[in-house]
Amino acid sequence: MTVGFFDGFLGSTDVFVRAIGQTLFIVSIAMVVSGLVGLVMGVALYATRPGNLFANRLVFGVLGLLVNVIRPIPFVIFLLAVGPLQSLVVGTTIGTEAVTFAIAIAAGFAVARIVEQSLVGVDPGVVEAARAMGASRAAILFGVVVREGLGPLVLGYTFIFVGIVDMSAQAGLVGGGGLGDYAIQYGSQRYDWGVVYAALVAIVAIVVLGQFLGNRLARAVMRR
Amino acid sequence: MTGDALVELEGVTKRFQRGSGAAVTAVDDVTLSVRRGEVLAVIGYSGAGKSTLVRLVNALELPTSGTVRVAGQDVTRLGEKELRAARAGIGMIFQQFNLLSSRTVAGNVAYPLKVAGVGRAERDRRTAELLDFVGLLDRAHAHPEQLSGGQKQRVGIARALATSPPLLLADEATSALDPETTEEVLTLLKRVNTELGVTVMLITHEMEAVRRVADRVAVMEGGRVVELGDVYDVFTAPQTAAAQRFVRSATHDRPSPEALARLREHHPGRLVTVRVTDRPRLQQTVDAAFRDAGTGAELVFGGVGEIRERRAGSLTYELTGDDAAVRRALGALRDQGVVVEEEE
Repeated sequence: MTVGFFDGFLGSTDVFVRAIGQTLFIVSIAMVVSGLVGLVMGVALYATRPGNLFANRLVFGVLGLLVNVIRPIPFVIFLLAVGPLQSLVVGTTIGTEAVTFAIAIAAGFAVARIVEQSLVGVDPGVVEAARAMGASRAAILFGVVVREGLGPLVLGYTFIFVGIVDMSAQAGLVGGGGLGDYAIQYGSQRYDWGVVYAALVAIVAIVVLGQFLGNRLARAVMRR
Repeated sequence: MTGDALVELEGVTKRFQRGSGAAVTAVDDVTLSVRRGEVLAVIGYSGAGKSTLVRLVNALELPTSGTVRVAGQDVTRLGEKELRAARAGIGMIFQQFNLLSSRTVAGNVAYPLKVAGVGRAERDRRTAELLDFVGLLDRAHAHPEQLSGGQKQRVGIARALATSPPLLLADEATSALDPETTEEVLTLLKRVNTELGVTVMLITHEMEAVRRVADRVAVMEGGRVVELGDVYDVFTAPQTAAAQRFVRSATHDRPSPEALARLREHHPGRLVTVRVTDRPRLQQTVDAAFRDAGTGAELVFGGVGEIRERRAGSLTYELTGDDAAVRRALGALRDQGVVVEEEE
């Protein structure tokens, strides 16, 4: 049987479209969940840092340790290790939902660090000015610090987006669905390079679009 | 302490622990009061402890020992809620302005009102009123980064006054500004004091700012207040070396060592400097003393101007004649209370 370069790809357009849909699903859910989880953890890391608004050695130490240990774990290994937790929460360790859960957790720790760094970058003078006005600590944290750090925070979040797309493709190795899975099953395993390049183009398009939107949003937030 | 004091610092010391090293004493046993309605300047070089001192007033820093009272209330013993209420009554402006970059000019001025729980309509009204006062009503919707340094500080002043505090703390408010803008901000601070009746504590290292707006000045060195007095008195009769250095930095009627060396080349006689105050018939007294002692006097350096709208200055004479005559002249002047110094 002779197969033309793009025969496999053209013969499976609906599979391709479904793979794009799965990737978008994984990425968007993971973005929202990791964004929320990371925001809470990152704000907590900033606020409990010694000398800061809600200084608390214990919380800061535990959170910091957790982030430091989990964040550098290569995602493929993290994906396997998180299996028992997946079974508990999602009820399965395979498929798109299970993979989305794992990505959201892994990305959440990365977001936490990025949120913390964005907030640490906020001018302490502004915090002092708010204290001098008689603002409460919570008002300073959310009304001043988070708001002032929103620009770099959105940029950092955009940076995380690329990482999440990357993780969603790696999840293809364990049958998580999406463009990575598609490229392996329909592409490389069948020596159909058309499929592989189609997946590549789609991934690049998603990343470029996401970054464009993120940068636009950051600019709007920073008004510069 | 006087009954009309708005701020009373009593035996206040603040030490900072720097890592594992020895503690640094930023403020060392300072007793000082700020009278209601006055502008009190605190002058010192960087590291003199003046920025720490001002932060003790609104309890941004707590003293290691001593008490800090504002309007009779000991701010070192307040709970968080009471302290927040007390801080609403103390405005503060900063060297780096510290404006919220994520809010507009109007948003910055309105923020303390929001914090104080003031309703939207009243907030808008008060914000417009304040921006009008500082001359920035037309920039209400601009963002801080679109403003010049002087404009930013004017927004800072409007923001600090939002809750109508009786006290304004100005921490090096003009130090990041060029001379012209400094003038503009100082003029505004003076208006805040005279037109709104706000008591001002002005932290600075520029004697010119003291001369322009302050009623009294405290000179700080090594964490201590080494001299305190009316601006006129400190300018015309500085007691400590630190005060003398600051006075010289803002006045140019005393010859510098270089100028003195040049004067000596052409004037071999004794060089003496008479301090000019607003005492009546000063020049006649001086002239008579020189004449009666039989010494010739040639004016070689000096200047007379105004400090706080009173005559002030310094005149340097070359005195010729024998030593006894010069001694008689100086003795006669000192007997009449004229401050006269021989240049070394």
